[in-house]
Amino acid sequence: MSKNTSILIAGVGGQGTVLASKILGLVAMKAGLDVKQSEIHGMSQRGGSVVTHVRFGEKVYSPLVAQGSADIIMAFEELEALRYLPYLKKDGLMIVNQQQMLPMPVITGAAQYPAGPVDEMSGKGIRIKAIDASAIGRKEGDARAANVVLLGILANELSFPQEFWTEALEESLKPKLLAMNLAAFKAGQAI
Amino acid sequence: MTKYELLSGNEAIARGAYEAGVKVAAAYPGTPSTEILENISQYERIHAQWSPNEKVAMEVAVGASIAGARSLASMKHVGVNVAADPLLTFSYTGVGGGMVLVSADDPAMHSSQNEQDNRYYGLLAKIPVLEPSDSAEAKEFTKKAYEISETFDTPVILRTTTRVNHAKGLVAIEEPAELAVKDYEKNPPKYVMTPANAVGRHKVVEERRLALTEYAGATELNRIEKGSGADGRIGFITAGISYQYLKELLPEASFLKLGFLWPLNEKLIKDFAASVDQVIVVEELEPVLETQIKAMGVRCRGKDIIPRQGELSEEVLRTVLGKAGLPVAAAAQPEYASSQKLPMRPPILCPGCSHRGMFYTLKSMNLHVSGDIGCYALGSAPPFGCLDTTICMGASITGAFGMELARGEEFAEKCVAVIGDSTFFHSGITGLIDIVYNQGRSTIIILDNSITAMTGHQDNPGSGKDIKGMAAPAIDIEKLAESIGIRRIRVVDPFDLKTCREVLKEELAAPEVSLIIARRPCALHIRLKNPPLHVDQEKCIGCKACLKLGCPALSVTDGKASIDPLVCVGCGLCPRVCPTKAIKAGQKAAEEAKTNE
Repeated sequence: MSKNTSILIAGVGGQGTVLASKILGLVAMKAGLDVKQSEIHGMSQRGGSVVTHVRFGEKVYSPLVAQGSADIIMAFEELEALRYLPYLKKDGLMIVNQQQMLPMPVITGAAQYPAGPVDEMSGKGIRIKAIDASAIGRKEGDARAANVVLLGILANELSFPQEFWTEALEESLKPKLLAMNLAAFKAGQAI
Repeated sequence: MTKYELLSGNEAIARGAYEAGVKVAAAYPGTPSTEILENISQYERIHAQWSPNEKVAMEVAVGASIAGARSLASMKHVGVNVAADPLLTFSYTGVGGGMVLVSADDPAMHSSQNEQDNRYYGLLAKIPVLEPSDSAEAKEFTKKAYEISETFDTPVILRTTTRVNHAKGLVAIEEPAELAVKDYEKNPPKYVMTPANAVGRHKVVEERRLALTEYAGATELNRIEKGSGADGRIGFITAGISYQYLKELLPEASFLKLGFLWPLNEKLIKDFAASVDQVIVVEELEPVLETQIKAMGVRCRGKDIIPRQGELSEEVLRTVLGKAGLPVAAAAQPEYASSQKLPMRPPILCPGCSHRGMFYTLKSMNLHVSGDIGCYALGSAPPFGCLDTTICMGASITGAFGMELARGEEFAEKCVAVIGDSTFFHSGITGLIDIVYNQGRSTIIILDNSITAMTGHQDNPGSGKDIKGMAAPAIDIEKLAESIGIRRIRVVDPFDLKTCREVLKEELAAPEVSLIIARRPCALHIRLKNPPLHVDQEKCIGCKACLKLGCPALSVTDGKASIDPLVCVGCGLCPRVCPTKAIKAGQKAAEEAKTNE
């Protein structure tokens, strides 16, 4: 149903997609919305392609985003951005981390990494925000905070109050990692 | 004001068990069920435990129930096969305190070897089956299951699927009930299932079935949502996650939404069918509801249009219902898609994985490998492609012995079984005893990374910790093997490639059963993170020998190997296969790499 917001978070197992979706879900809950989200753990965690779905609004039934209906896709890796492109709705926003991780078929030479994913998406007229979030994360203390940098970019596209984001980050992160992640989040927002 | 939390189905089931006053909970980890017990273990007053396998977990819960406590056992769908023996007879005895078995099914096999539909266990064991469709229901139904269990003197199956276990939704948090353990009185006619007593109990089971059938017509677990307009003349009978997809597609249709799936109440079904123009039964996997509904003489559609394999989804249902002439908008054509051929990204052994060294060796020796269930099933993927078989927990050992019996000595000299430590404790030990007793000569490798890795690092009887992380006795695999009469026991480091190869050669040649324990901790579990290694570009000859390790950090471009420093954990395995010693380790290499940037 169009009045709900649907966001897809795609990446590679181990990149922190699940944590990002958890924080986003908490923020929507704090805003008094119905929330559903879906993720898959297990075998795909081991370096495989992973995707989590987050949906919020007045009343949400399905925890899954249907193809052609994502308002925003947040991709942690360029190939994964292309893979989940069919989920993006017309005029939806693609937020993509400019990182390329070679999948095993590419490493073994059985397949090729696609050429210029960001250029291909821009060429299709897709609204796109491409950013090297790992580099920004590294600047703030840890390249692995790329997921929170991307959340900062996402926050600018959604109209939730800042304190909900701060609270959700506080509730989801270990105390010793909080300051660094808050800085990473703000760096994302500043882009 | 009611407090809500955003919980996964598994977290909600754990909360439900807590609120219901459960005292004992046992499980063996298995996706998508694992987090149920992990979350239950955080409630102080519940005794939570990992058991070596699902049969053991079930029996512990059965004993606790008979002794008067509310108890729970949780497992993935195939785990119920292992626990089926106690389950089917516990149906006869009935419960003391309420007992719930959570069966977490995995349609589409996200992390499983089959997609069996465990609703059939309700029909087989003649016990009620409840199925929630989201997290809120997961908690509510768990509590309801204990009421039903005690009211009707029966264990109850709470059946879930991956999209309920691992999806999150808002759940109302309520106060927990008192932890009440009923009085215990010895009652052999009820609990000692010798034939004479069991004959009497079977009669009770049939009476119970009738009482439950009546209950199915009255319980609020089953509800009718009367639709409106033209769509309201369409009647869906559905359950679980399928309900949610249908509500997105045709919110104004009429629904008989079943939460209590077995037994069905004929009057409820027929009354609903009579109130609409057409009935469509929508369920994932098997036509469990449809077959029973058709047997009542109700005209309906079902598996003639709804797929029998994999998961359903909004897209799938939109397509198949549209084809069947229902007024769903035509399947949304994706607006965008890449015009390039995109490579798959299958799961792989992690950087630093302890199994990598052994699979490299097995591949280089071109051996037959009888495989098992765990991360090491990934040894079947390129570049290793090692495994000949993967069937079920424990089948590596017994399967290798069966192959030996079928094809003789010569085959046995080229065949090994590989099994993880947790899987060995689960159901490998009896297989090993079989080979000793029947005087086989198989070569068995235990890939001992001292944790249950694939399901997310749960402790096990060999890891030295319990579910709460407290110290526990660690079973000594060498001594266990010795005690059952194995004479050839070897312990190796799977990264010591030379020794692994030599030991394998010796043990494959030995005319008796051998046990090789390849021991190295799971890199992900111990968070291995040494300084990344670095390839000396001048020494590298681009031979790609290192790519045979299937490490995600290693790649070769323009004839030279390189290591991704973000992915590399510095495990030190790749320098051992490099013929020109081009791969350097340690801090120095890392600094050098930095300067080169």
